[in-house]
Amino acid sequence: MTETIISVRGLRNAFGDQVIHDNLDLDVMRGEILGVVGGSGTGKSVLMRSIIGLKQPEEGEIRVFSEAMIGKEEDEATDVRRRWGVLFQGGALFSTLTVAENVQVPLREFYPDFSRELIDEIARYKIHLSGLPAEAGNKYPAELSGGMRKRAGLARALSMDPELLFLDEPTAGLDPIGAANFDKLTRELKETLGLTVFLITHDLDTLYAICDRVAVLADHKVIAVGPIDELLATDHPWIKEYFSGPRGRTARLGHAKPKTDPVKLGVDKQSVARP
Amino acid sequence: MAEIADFTEKELPDGRRVLHLSGRLVIASVSSLDGRLRALDGTVSEIDLSGVPRIDTVGAWLVYRTARDLDAKITGADSDAKRLIEAVGHVDEDPAPPQATQSALNRLLSEIGEAVSLAVLTFLRFLGFVGQVVKAAFVLMLNPRRFRVHAIVQHFDMVGVRALGIIGLMSFLIGIVIAQQGAVQLRQFGAEVFTVNLVGRLTFRELGILMTAIMVAGRSGSAFAAQIGTMKITEEIDAMRTIGVVPIEALVVPRVLAAIIMLPLLGMYASLLALVGGGLLCWIVLDIPPTTFIQRLREVTPITDLYIGLIKAPVFGAIIAMCGCFQGMQVEGNSEQVGLKTTAAVVQAIFLVIVLDAIFAVFFSNIGWD
Repeated sequence: MTETIISVRGLRNAFGDQVIHDNLDLDVMRGEILGVVGGSGTGKSVLMRSIIGLKQPEEGEIRVFSEAMIGKEEDEATDVRRRWGVLFQGGALFSTLTVAENVQVPLREFYPDFSRELIDEIARYKIHLSGLPAEAGNKYPAELSGGMRKRAGLARALSMDPELLFLDEPTAGLDPIGAANFDKLTRELKETLGLTVFLITHDLDTLYAICDRVAVLADHKVIAVGPIDELLATDHPWIKEYFSGPRGRTARLGHAKPKTDPVKLGVDKQSVARP
Repeated sequence: MAEIADFTEKELPDGRRVLHLSGRLVIASVSSLDGRLRALDGTVSEIDLSGVPRIDTVGAWLVYRTARDLDAKITGADSDAKRLIEAVGHVDEDPAPPQATQSALNRLLSEIGEAVSLAVLTFLRFLGFVGQVVKAAFVLMLNPRRFRVHAIVQHFDMVGVRALGIIGLMSFLIGIVIAQQGAVQLRQFGAEVFTVNLVGRLTFRELGILMTAIMVAGRSGSAFAAQIGTMKITEEIDAMRTIGVVPIEALVVPRVLAAIIMLPLLGMYASLLALVGGGLLCWIVLDIPPTTFIQRLREVTPITDLYIGLIKAPVFGAIIAMCGCFQGMQVEGNSEQVGLKTTAAVVQAIFLVIVLDAIFAVFFSNIGWD
């Protein structure tokens, strides 16, 4: 049942002399929400950009849906590209198009034979699914608040019915209520649509609330991956500080009750590396 | 990749209709299904999904829409399909806002009206902006310590010094063109010698300064609009205001002053290089030696021509810089606006320069400077 969706092996990324990743391994399983955490500059976004092909790594192997992604040009691997959706940090909406037109861009690109009405209808229910009011569809990104822009970005990421969703700090810059709603939405969408989610975040509440597993980036690699409870048992200093600092403790208390029906996933015990 | 989604229609013995859907109801395989389902009419009592192995939200939407429009019941759906159909069905709880529909004539008239009112409004805003700049200039005169010498010097460099190459080359070539075309026409009357009059009077009075103004509008007016517009988008101008720096004083006055001071100098320089070009052509083509050219130039070009150029230049400079800064300040919202306003700044500046030039021409002729 637990099929590997993303597999990263021996990844190496560097900007000049500055090594970001060295010999990094990571697996993402079908149907899970994998949270990726790490200090600033540990290359969380670079890892995501490597997986989705925006950054060419120096070495390593990346497979998405069992297809090797390294060295693919922008017009190659479109079968894989239409099976994922990406939400960038700032939303990255096209500023000259309305929200509805933004959502329609991937549809028009990949399914030019769809009728206008169908494309309009799809955009309308996607916007609704992402939690925006219907009138937001006719607005331009500049007219939306930060939280609405994230939701619009999510609607565009979902427009192709992806199986795999990349979220780059989806709750950064949102107020706590908005962030909690976004977490709930992510969880609901994942359960309704059967998504696999690759989630970069700094938000400890998000980690506790919705992530099935968490991968910790430090020392140029993934030093630990597993459910939070297991990570807490490791004695890597950074992990301890991260989860047991004042914010980490507060977030844990807030989510002390076990989640309703947590999705059990096979956790690879060996991958929780000891420093 | 997938078997194409399809449906068959069956009529039960009691007259009820049933739709049997089959195949994978996913985004990649439903495109032809959409039109056919849309074309159905009448009522259908049941939509049967038992032949559908896989469904995504697009498929779910088609099923939901058909069931809603034909008043049908959905049967044979597995739990995934039920969940998806329920999820997409929630959209109808939030009805779409009515689209404002207008007739073509209405739209045309309203567009004309909007364009006119926008033009009037822009003109009024521009007047207001000019007023603000003048006021800021007086405030700075009373408080000379707030004067940003460094910024002005930097803009001298950008507007003046760095434009010397291109403006010099352009003027030199224009001088050649005037002399050459003039010589061809005047030769028909045996009056080639009047080419000197043509070059001398035209460059000082009109072309030297006009071409310079157009070049500066393209080079610096656009740069002003883009710089200030980008600062507007990145909220730098709001940041200035909160710190207590007046944007008009810090950004606009130095640019306007730099343009006012640099344009007469650039205009003079351009006129001189046009004379060099014209003189060179007269020497080579018409055999008028440089000494004769200069002597004749002094006889036929009144000093008032130089005054006219020098009076017009600062006015043009002020117009160009103010158009650029004004359009930059009008940027709001997105990056597309920066491009639009930059274009508007250049077009507006060149237009106003030419209009003013025409007014000046009439004015100076009437006061007897001809």
